[in-house]
Amino acid sequence: MIKPLQIALLMVLVNWMGLSQFALAEHVVSLRGHNALDNASRAPEQKHWQKDGEPIVRDYVQQPPLIPHQTTGYKINRKFNKCLTCHSWANYKEAGATKISQTHFEDRDENVLANVSARRYFCTQCHVPQVNTKPLVGNTFEPIKAISGR
Amino acid sequence: MTDKQTESCTGFLCGFLALLKKPSARYSLGILLLLGFVGGIIFWGGFNWAMEMTNNETFCISCHEMRDNVYQEYKETVHYSNRTGVRATCPDCHVPKEWHYKVIRKIQATNELLHKALGSIDTREKFEAKRLKLARHVWGVMKETDSRECRNCHDYESMDFVAQGRRAVNRHSTGLEKGKTCIDCHKGIAHSLPDMHEVDPTAVVGN
Repeated sequence: MIKPLQIALLMVLVNWMGLSQFALAEHVVSLRGHNALDNASRAPEQKHWQKDGEPIVRDYVQQPPLIPHQTTGYKINRKFNKCLTCHSWANYKEAGATKISQTHFEDRDENVLANVSARRYFCTQCHVPQVNTKPLVGNTFEPIKAISGR
Repeated sequence: MTDKQTESCTGFLCGFLALLKKPSARYSLGILLLLGFVGGIIFWGGFNWAMEMTNNETFCISCHEMRDNVYQEYKETVHYSNRTGVRATCPDCHVPKEWHYKVIRKIQATNELLHKALGSIDTREKFEAKRLKLARHVWGVMKETDSRECRNCHDYESMDFVAQGRRAVNRHSTGLEKGKTCIDCHKGIAHSLPDMHEVDPTAVVGN
């Protein structure tokens, strides 16, 4: 059997929890900012892919090199890989491109294959083109001096 | 008896042929010339009009083979949508601009009508199975003509290499000397590529 005092305590507790949630909600800012629902939100600035440039220096050991050019419309599927038309071992010299790493010819059991391994075939899973924009979240990352020389 | 019958047959066609053979004693030369002139305009204009009717995107995608396959792929590419708003439609790339090349291409297109009737590529699977063969036809023609249809808009002479990107400058300036043509490098810019195992095995996974 619940005593009246216990009921009163429970009610106070529930009330306090509700109030604290309300207080917390005041500090949360949604992506829309303090913008009434019937106001249109401001469209984010359109970002542009960086134009062709020199290869980008790596910032840490084992970093997949970044793509220093646009890749709009480049397709990678079972029948064809647009990247490899320049970056494959057969094509890189004529294209003046960086050749695909030898590590990409290994399957997961470290068997060396005659062609690019299926698990390393989808280039853009690791290699990405760049946009010059402000980071959404600040960080204090410093590149490794041994690689970047900075 | 039969010979005589053919000599003086009385059918409509025979009568018309006989009329054509006879010199006109009824109409003046001026009227005949005028009629010939007007008739010429109507028939020649009509011919060209009919040819233009079959030379636009609406006509091309009136067949589901084109509309559901290559047209959908083209819609994702730069030749359909780009920052300047210039668009190249099907005939801009696939039908020559010069008149006699155009007529030759139109005559060849009757073969496409035959395959439409036969249903050679009337399903996605049939089309995919033939894609490499069909693509090779187009590449072959482009190679033969030195990519003539590309050059209707893109001309080496008018290209400013300085304004081009780092990769484009290298390849365009060396490509010219090596006698390359647009299609040698720019395959699949307007449509998805077929299975490229046979064309460039190093650009496809495994084998």
